[in-house]
Amino acid sequence: MQILGIGILTWIVFLPIVAMIFVLLVPKGRETWIKWISVVATGLQVILAAVLLLNYRYDLAGVNTLEGFQFVEKYRWIDVSGVAWFGRIVIDYFLGVDGLSMPMVVLTALISFIGAIASWELPKTKGYYALYLLLDTGMMGVFVALDFFLFYIFWEVMLLPMYFLIGIWGGPRREYAAIKFFIYTLLGSVLMLLVMIGLYFSTSIIDPVTGEKVHTFNMLAMMDPKNYEPGSIFSGLHTTWRYIAYIALFIGFAIKVPIVPFHTWLPDAHVEAPTPISVILAGVLLKMGTYGMLRISFPIFPDGMIKYALPMAILGFINIVYGALAAMAQEDFKKLIAYSSISHMGYVVLGMAALNTQGVTGAIMQMFNHGTITAMLFLIVGVLYDRAHTRGLYEFGGLANQMPKYFGIVIIAFFAALGLPGLSGFISEAFVFLGAFQTYKWIAIFSATGVIITAGYILWTTQRLFFGQLPERWKNLPDINARELVTLVPLAIIVIFLGVYPSPLINLMNTSVNHLVKFVSEMGQAGMQLGILP
Amino acid sequence: MEERFIIELTQSLKNFLPEVSLTVTLSLVILLDLIFGRRFKNIGAFVSLAGLVVTLFFTIKQYGGSYQIFRGMFVVDPYSTFFKFVFLLSAFVIVIFSLQSYELRETSARRRIGEYYFFILSLTLGAFLMAGSVNLIMMYLSLELVSISSYILAGYIKESERSSEASMKYVIYGALSSGLMIYGISLVYGLTGELNIYAINASFLSSGYSPIVLMISLVLILAGFGYKISAVPFHYWTPDVYEGAPITVTAFLSVSSKAAGFAMLVRFLKASFIDRTITLGIEGAWAVIQGLPLTEIVAVLSALTMTVGNIIAIWQNNLKRMLAYSSIAHAGYILMGVVVMQNLGISAMLIYFLAYLFMNLGAFYCVMLVAEKTGSEDIEVYKGLGYRAPFLSIVFTIFLVSLTGIPPTFGFIGKLYLFSALINAKVIWLAVVGVLNSVVSLYYYIRVVRNMFLGDPESGKEPINFSPAHIVVMLILVIPTLLFGVYFTPIVNFAQISVAMFGLR
Repeated sequence: MQILGIGILTWIVFLPIVAMIFVLLVPKGRETWIKWISVVATGLQVILAAVLLLNYRYDLAGVNTLEGFQFVEKYRWIDVSGVAWFGRIVIDYFLGVDGLSMPMVVLTALISFIGAIASWELPKTKGYYALYLLLDTGMMGVFVALDFFLFYIFWEVMLLPMYFLIGIWGGPRREYAAIKFFIYTLLGSVLMLLVMIGLYFSTSIIDPVTGEKVHTFNMLAMMDPKNYEPGSIFSGLHTTWRYIAYIALFIGFAIKVPIVPFHTWLPDAHVEAPTPISVILAGVLLKMGTYGMLRISFPIFPDGMIKYALPMAILGFINIVYGALAAMAQEDFKKLIAYSSISHMGYVVLGMAALNTQGVTGAIMQMFNHGTITAMLFLIVGVLYDRAHTRGLYEFGGLANQMPKYFGIVIIAFFAALGLPGLSGFISEAFVFLGAFQTYKWIAIFSATGVIITAGYILWTTQRLFFGQLPERWKNLPDINARELVTLVPLAIIVIFLGVYPSPLINLMNTSVNHLVKFVSEMGQAGMQLGILP
Repeated sequence: MEERFIIELTQSLKNFLPEVSLTVTLSLVILLDLIFGRRFKNIGAFVSLAGLVVTLFFTIKQYGGSYQIFRGMFVVDPYSTFFKFVFLLSAFVIVIFSLQSYELRETSARRRIGEYYFFILSLTLGAFLMAGSVNLIMMYLSLELVSISSYILAGYIKESERSSEASMKYVIYGALSSGLMIYGISLVYGLTGELNIYAINASFLSSGYSPIVLMISLVLILAGFGYKISAVPFHYWTPDVYEGAPITVTAFLSVSSKAAGFAMLVRFLKASFIDRTITLGIEGAWAVIQGLPLTEIVAVLSALTMTVGNIIAIWQNNLKRMLAYSSIAHAGYILMGVVVMQNLGISAMLIYFLAYLFMNLGAFYCVMLVAEKTGSEDIEVYKGLGYRAPFLSIVFTIFLVSLTGIPPTFGFIGKLYLFSALINAKVIWLAVVGVLNSVVSLYYYIRVVRNMFLGDPESGKEPINFSPAHIVVMLILVIPTLLFGVYFTPIVNFAQISVAMFGLR
């Protein structure tokens, strides 16, 4: 599918960059133009995402088959002819979507659009929006790239804008938070880089044009054991090097999720980042970690996945319970939401570790739903902070009467986060537990305590904020305004809609998830049956 | 007999044109400066630029050929020609820097500016000779030519005590390590009776010498190289010299002198202590003479060099000093390419040098401009610079990001190839050390970025303006840094062709 001769995925990825160039060209004193350019560009992204959805074929699986991918664009990017001692180097510009990435593309477009609106009041507009749009391109690119090299470039392109967005527009400890974020994620991505290079030297495919053997960064080729060169570092199944590579990749992605004990950057980054950046961070960036596992770690290292599924499930459990307990202890509203994010991402990890249709479906649904719910939560914190200039939970009380419309929205988001039936959070958590219970009964049972603790801190927070006596100093707090409602209401609608009728989301990923689960478990088991593993 | 000698000599001279043209240029610089220097201050610079362009022309014409001249004293091959391009490019950029340098303009150095360009060119000539010499004496002499030129350049600003101190330290360390090196050379000569590195290799292979003696001579010779490329533990001169010397000279030393050291080191390693009777089965890989732990030595040197360089760089508040330690760390990265003893590693090294040329010169240029406008190289003056000089700050950020090795910059491609070479050769531990070092290096590079954009201006809020000439130079350096980060086909092609050395597979 093409628009003006350029593929639709290229449009959706590079539209923000085009907008960024326009933003940079806007003359001084025209800040409103900048805002409108950015909002229109991200709005167009949402429209493009909708076009993708309308043309999406639900019967195609993707994952490891080229035919299963949709809207594929594949062009030669780097082509270095071979020499006597080293073969040809080929890197493709290779984009495509399947059921794993489609929900994420929609989510990214949506959250970026809402973030752009929520950024309206921030100072230093030009720099802010330029970086914001660059970040947007990076995020979108990660979700549609099918070439590992391209994936890596997009992954890294996000780092610098994020550093600046937290570091310049953030709160009092922004410098510390920004550098911590940067160093943690860079550490994760260099591990990924090494594995990527190792995979490159291990896989080779026959070039269809010339018929010669070339190494490749093509993810789909890396998923096929036939393409591994005998004797190369990652050849075979269930080898030590493959396990090490799986763990290195896992750590790289785990830092982004974040999985305990790699989570310490997240509370700092969230608390210091400005509201829209927190929204992006929680709504999209965290999902890159889990998406990376589904897209890269699982199908490329199914043996490692099977081998380390149990530790992964335990990590998921720790995330759920630890995140919830830590959230319970917070006095800062935003920090509480940050820890609740860790807890909720734990469900994703648990669902993926279960490696069955329900679990993985639940995980991807949770990725999407957590994206919308946490985005709401951070926007809600932002609304309160903009008015009161404090986030101390104990400083509030009785806001329900003071800000009734705000209260209404907050209750939807809170109950969705808590997992109340009828709202989207419930469905995904239920699926995760359904899946996890089949594979890891006890872990699932223990993890369910997380739901109770979540209910505890959410209800307690509601009480601290909205009930009781309204302190004198907040008597003049205005209620939520129209622009803030514009950002929150669409998300609330999605949360309610998917809570009542989740089928559209499930159908979107169903074929791919089934295929992924089947592929990974068969491949992972294969080595064991052959007796390669003791 | 004599007639044959003359024929040979003329033949050789024909293939020696780049060096000849450099020599002519440097004589012209000194002559014309003597005659016209009073009326045209910058005549030396413009003659140098013209001479460099002419040399470039001859060098391009030479590219692709592979032959030895002057009876096996010197070779011309794609490998040395590649380095000649690096030297020429950096000399060209440095002359332009020098034209704009406030240090050279506002001190007594302006009265000796003709000689300054003379030494820039003589250093370049020395580097040319280093890249191509295959005879131990020739190697030593060209190394000394580079060294002596750089001693003088480092102390060029007489009234600056730091500059003089730098020069003095440089001489002392230089004397020590070249002493060690010549001792190593004498051992090799004593053993084999040969000075040509190919002949030495043949002698090593035909009559088995005790590995211990070889080892001692190898380590002694490596000391000389280690000093030139500022590898740990021969790096002690680097920070002081880099901090004390004028910025233009620091930038030049960090690229040209280092590249020359590497060029010679790799040729020496690949030619002399190699067992050519063993084929490793992998095309373009070579084996070290049995009993010599050469790979391990270089690997440890590399790991030490980058780790020490990066960790000490964290504590530096003077940008020149920080970049000095960073350049030590980069020597460590480049050594990773040498460790694998494969063409893949050498080509990675060449790619890295091109990247390093642009990003490092660019970073030094930004430091020079800021020092000119604010009078200091301290990291504190960078506070709030992003709002006073946005263009420079963005460009500087790109150079620093590239030095860290984050895509989409040229620096990333360089690192990618170095790590690729290591992983292909399964030296995984060093690759892990390398990537962890990249993460450490982020911390101090980003400190500058943090001060520029995240800090508020402390001294003076008025915007800083740059002349179009400054902006053009920045663009010339920053565009390749970004462009080759996303499209590196030509660079890799060039580097892969350029690993070919005379007489070696």
